[in-house]
Amino acid sequence: MLMNDTKHNTGPARTNATPPASVPVMDADAIRRALQRIAHEIVERNSELKAIVLAGIPSRGVEIARRIAEFVRAGEKMDVETGVIDVAMHRDDVGTRAELPVVRESKLPLPLEQRTVIIVDDVLFTGRTVRAAMDAISSFGRPARIQLAVLVDRGHRELPIRADYVGKNLPTATREQIQVRLANVDNEPDAVWLLKE
Amino acid sequence: MSTRWTRKDLLGLRELSVDEINFILETTDAFKQVGTREIKKVPALRGKTLINFFVEPSTRTHTSFELAAHRLSADIINIAASSSSLTKGETLKDTARNLEALHADILVLRHSSAGAPQFLAQRLKSSVINAGDGAHEHPTQGLLDLYTIREKRGRIENLHVVIVGDILFSRVARSNIFALTKLGARVTLVGPSTLVPREFEKLGVAISHRIDTVLPEADVVNLLRIQHERQRKEYFPSTGEYTALFGLTKKRAKLLKPDCLIMHPGPINRGVEIDSDVADGLQSVILDQVTNGLAIRMAVLYLCGGIAT
Repeated sequence: MLMNDTKHNTGPARTNATPPASVPVMDADAIRRALQRIAHEIVERNSELKAIVLAGIPSRGVEIARRIAEFVRAGEKMDVETGVIDVAMHRDDVGTRAELPVVRESKLPLPLEQRTVIIVDDVLFTGRTVRAAMDAISSFGRPARIQLAVLVDRGHRELPIRADYVGKNLPTATREQIQVRLANVDNEPDAVWLLKE
Repeated sequence: MSTRWTRKDLLGLRELSVDEINFILETTDAFKQVGTREIKKVPALRGKTLINFFVEPSTRTHTSFELAAHRLSADIINIAASSSSLTKGETLKDTARNLEALHADILVLRHSSAGAPQFLAQRLKSSVINAGDGAHEHPTQGLLDLYTIREKRGRIENLHVVIVGDILFSRVARSNIFALTKLGARVTLVGPSTLVPREFEKLGVAISHRIDTVLPEADVVNLLRIQHERQRKEYFPSTGEYTALFGLTKKRAKLLKPDCLIMHPGPINRGVEIDSDVADGLQSVILDQVTNGLAIRMAVLYLCGGIAT
């Protein structure tokens, strides 16, 4: 694998039987509770909910953003806007990959001025994807502020970036991989796995 | 659908799989969206150098590739035939090797000889994009035609696409035929028998020399330019007669279904293959083709230029 960013790893091909080297770290309940808590924290820290955009990074970030928006709706009885922010054309590793994944269309409610864009992703690792996402967002306009929500923070940052909302802090070794599975995206039950070498 | 792109070159649509064609079209959706942003530029090919090498004149394709490269943040050098060393007797290969010695990453080539892009692609480490080679292929034009049809009609499969005009000399026709038949469209070629020979039936298309019987069944009509510069007179008696027999006049346009798309790769010869009013009418998507061409070329440059070579 050329990239060290777990977000784009499809991980080793897994059959029905989970290989012995993978350890479950979150199950469906734990994921639900973590996202519910993030939704609460977002409400707590942002007095103007109408100004918020939950912008997911495809494909799992988009699903996580959708779920957080649902929790906000259930708790506050109001809708928050969601969007999609594809980072492929803003990455800094062009020309280093032997194959390219499909680029998805970015969709953000415009104008971004006066809004708080919350980037949503499944795993925070090197921080390079988040940097690319911030770059992509600024090509749409100048939001009042940008925040970051992730399901798992596994450490090993290569850039000065931190998350505002974290589902679970999970110290890892660089060789290990974090694999997030979400029912609506992967056709597998919700789970987070730690894959050891 | 396949989810990965692995080619460094785009030489023609004949060699692409259905999955690869769909992959490009899907990638184009994302790049078309870039044109609507406040900042219409992404850093995808920052630090890459692109050479626009047009050995044959072209304004539209040349400009489209140039703007596409700008929007992807690549550095661009434009070389036209008249100013190149080809006029001083240098071979194509030597010119290209010199360009590569300058560490060009992507070579966009327009050439009057069929196969010139393939010749270079096999010999160079750089990505080679065919911007039209002789009467062989013009893959980005074929792709932008497909994209425009898909965008306006929601699908390609089972649509009846009628291509009218100079098929024999047309690389646009060939790229369209290869891609449309792969994606399940029904294709009919229309024109004088000198320009639409029976041999084309081998490509899985129908042939007709009577436009009035074909137009009522068409979902898309793609009119090709009569290429004055390529034609010797004997292919048809006069442009007046061509217009009378095959031109899309106002009267003929009434034969079309109301949702039939009218396309033209440009530049149009108003009053020859198409009436002015028809070209500017509601069914015409000629300018959408131009807009989509930019997005297609961004996608192709990103895909071919973005992989490790």
